[in-house]
Amino acid sequence: MTLLAVERIKLFSTRSPYWCTALAIAMSVGFAALLAANADQVGVGLTQAGTRLALVVVLVLGALAVTTEYRFSTIRATFLAVPGRTSALVAKTVVVALVAGVIGEIAAFGSWAIAKVIKPSADLAINTGAEWRAVAGVGLTFAIGAILAIAVGILVRQTAGAVAILLVWSMLAENLVGLIPKVGVKIQAWLPFMNSDHFLASDSPAGADGEAAGGVVFKLSHWGSLGYFAGIAVALLVVALVVAKRRDA
Amino acid sequence: MIQAVRLRKHYGSTKAVDDLSFVVKPGRVTGFLGPNGAGKSTTMRMILGLDTPTGGDVTIDGKYYTELKHPLRKVGALLDAKWVHPNRSARSHLKWMAVSNKIPVSRVDEVLAIVGLTEVANKRAGGFSLGMAQRLGIAGALLGDPEVLLFDEPVNGLDPEGILWIRQFMHRLADEGRTVFVSSHLLSEMAQTAQDLIVIGKGQLIAQTTTEQFISDATQDHVRVRSPQAVKLREILAAHATVTEDAVDGALVVHGIPASQIGEIAAENQIVLHELNPQRGSLEEAFMQLTKESVEYHAH
Repeated sequence: MTLLAVERIKLFSTRSPYWCTALAIAMSVGFAALLAANADQVGVGLTQAGTRLALVVVLVLGALAVTTEYRFSTIRATFLAVPGRTSALVAKTVVVALVAGVIGEIAAFGSWAIAKVIKPSADLAINTGAEWRAVAGVGLTFAIGAILAIAVGILVRQTAGAVAILLVWSMLAENLVGLIPKVGVKIQAWLPFMNSDHFLASDSPAGADGEAAGGVVFKLSHWGSLGYFAGIAVALLVVALVVAKRRDA
Repeated sequence: MIQAVRLRKHYGSTKAVDDLSFVVKPGRVTGFLGPNGAGKSTTMRMILGLDTPTGGDVTIDGKYYTELKHPLRKVGALLDAKWVHPNRSARSHLKWMAVSNKIPVSRVDEVLAIVGLTEVANKRAGGFSLGMAQRLGIAGALLGDPEVLLFDEPVNGLDPEGILWIRQFMHRLADEGRTVFVSSHLLSEMAQTAQDLIVIGKGQLIAQTTTEQFISDATQDHVRVRSPQAVKLREILAAHATVTEDAVDGALVVHGIPASQIGEIAAENQIVLHELNPQRGSLEEAFMQLTKESVEYHAH
């Protein structure tokens, strides 16, 4: 508990978490407002379109939480205060993941609410399991994404490198894999961010806007995909913790 | 007490620290002296468990730093004043450190008062001058009221007032019975600060002794003598001492006997003296003499 308090003080005594939080929520809510105002048919799933962008901001927040510590050598001050490096870094991961989860829930329900305000006539009632998953599940994907971002941050240690890797990976690389003939879509079914998107997707992916998910046949259930995404993030974190323990600080 | 036994740190073929053994005693200020790149900071990082030694080990009262439960209460360290997030306030920086080692948060304001930063406690540390940052680093080292204190080049970049403050401060800490270990590349600074010296060069131990002993060993006295009868004087003096000639102005440089004796010898032999000038070797010269073999980068 002590270490969680320490990491909480550290996170909230700098500016970047506040900026990232504001940006993540503003982007998803703003996107939802735009879509609700212009689309003919507004459903619960559509209101969450902007949260995919907010996830990227949260990835940056997670990476920054670690890389700024290396950038300003406060990681050394941390390891002097807490020589058990693994527990110090796990505490940081827990705090950042919790914050990311809260950001995700605010972004998701905020987006849903703004759409409801703009289009009161649309059917935006959250009443199926799939709809609950699509909205309330956003926080879970953000929390797991933050774990993955922290792992990348620990391994790379530099802000520019870590942010570039996370942006290209989550926004570009996984989609481009689909271009590989034949095996591309089969590989995509096992990529972490694809599975995160699959968790949030509605039950019938054969929609008109399914170009990213289109053609990908997931072997896992929606919740299975979330577990898989979490498994990848935790595995990467374990590797990062082992490296951090062995490396000279 | 800090004890290093055959401590080694190699980076590939570079031996940053090589077979270094020493003891730092409580109740005294111990200087850790060596030219830049001698391995001082690497040694300090190994004492604090930040770097893992390639071989040998270093302990604090018989324990590894990483074994200490609340290390800040046992050991306070200032390795680099810049190890602070620039957007974090001085108080927040000390607060997370205090919480991490279960030190009462009220102690934060106490140490801020000790180093004289109370007025800027809520200002962001990124805006601090080097002297203020150095004081914040010292506040962090004092936070846990530790028995052992490590300072790496604490006076670098400080103004004379700050240097004097730190020097007196370290003496006070040692007088309270604490172990104070402070590194520097300036012997003149150490001569005024440290009671004991550990001198290293290229990662190896050159000397471990009291500062007084080190200085008297290292600085050799000599006497400059000028005389119109220099040739005759030189012949006579050669029987008592080592005599060389100053290449610049031809004055005699006499090692081994004091100026008074040279004067008496000259009087006995009725030799006129124009100059009889006792000289004391400078500390920096002596230090360079000792470490010139072990300086990593030379200017030519």
